[in-house]
Amino acid sequence: MLLIKCPYCEEQREEEEFSPAGQAHIVRPLNPEELSDEQWARYLFFRKNPRGLHHELWLHAHGCRKYFNMTRNTVTYQIMETYKMGQQPSVTASQEVK
Amino acid sequence: MSNSINMESPLHHAQLDSLVGQSSAGGGVLLHESKYLGHLNLRGNAQDVDFLSGIKKVFGIDLPTAPCTSATGELAQIIWLAPDEWLVMVGSGSEYDVELKLRAQLKGHFAVSDISGAQTILELSGSHVIELMKKSSGYDFHLESFPIGKVVGTTFAKAGAHILRLEENKFQLVIRRSFSDYIWLWIQHGCKECGLTIV
Repeated sequence: MLLIKCPYCEEQREEEEFSPAGQAHIVRPLNPEELSDEQWARYLFFRKNPRGLHHELWLHAHGCRKYFNMTRNTVTYQIMETYKMGQQPSVTASQEVK
Repeated sequence: MSNSINMESPLHHAQLDSLVGQSSAGGGVLLHESKYLGHLNLRGNAQDVDFLSGIKKVFGIDLPTAPCTSATGELAQIIWLAPDEWLVMVGSGSEYDVELKLRAQLKGHFAVSDISGAQTILELSGSHVIELMKKSSGYDFHLESFPIGKVVGTTFAKAGAHILRLEENKFQLVIRRSFSDYIWLWIQHGCKECGLTIV
């Protein structure tokens, strides 16, 4: 069981209250009509699957029902940080301590 | 709501009224359903000064804007659900008048929805209530992490619930209509050791 800090409730809560919602920071193209099928498919379907640090979207389903972002290590399950929507991660793969 | 309409709480079938005073094996937990209260879901911008002052004019209390807090006034009890969402609980039958008052006072981007029929309120108290809470939820019910007046959106028997601590040994649960029968059965089962009294 993971303990996850919800940045809106400002508390550590049980994993049971949350549901994961895939990769974070996916920006919808501003000009979809000008994209090729491949570019559009890349936006719709193609997701990162890194070994190590990953930025994910989570939903506090049973709490405040807000989406937020999480930086998590997919190997160790260690949660580096959680942060609100619209914010950028302070921990990124390039800073990772090997 | 007109008196001619026969209101039924989500736990109507359990006939709690006819069970009042009855208890099993010691009665370490007391259960009461606060039924028919008006529930209004309120959404708005907590940074908007006009929104906050409008709420204060209607209810006479400040909107609880800090996470997991609640406020109680003569007219209403308000609990924090999210940074832009609150649940306002008002007396039975007064929800429409309160909604009209809110609509008259509030301007701009806000939402008020009457969700009275969607959920119900259970009050759990008694000497063994903490034991029941501990076996039903993963949250830490110690007074340091869950002081009186705090409200927590969490799971109760894996069903979503908003739990408010009214006293050291008294909790108020806001639960969904569709989960009420399941939670009623769960509470009966969970109180087998310490006993349950309907009040």
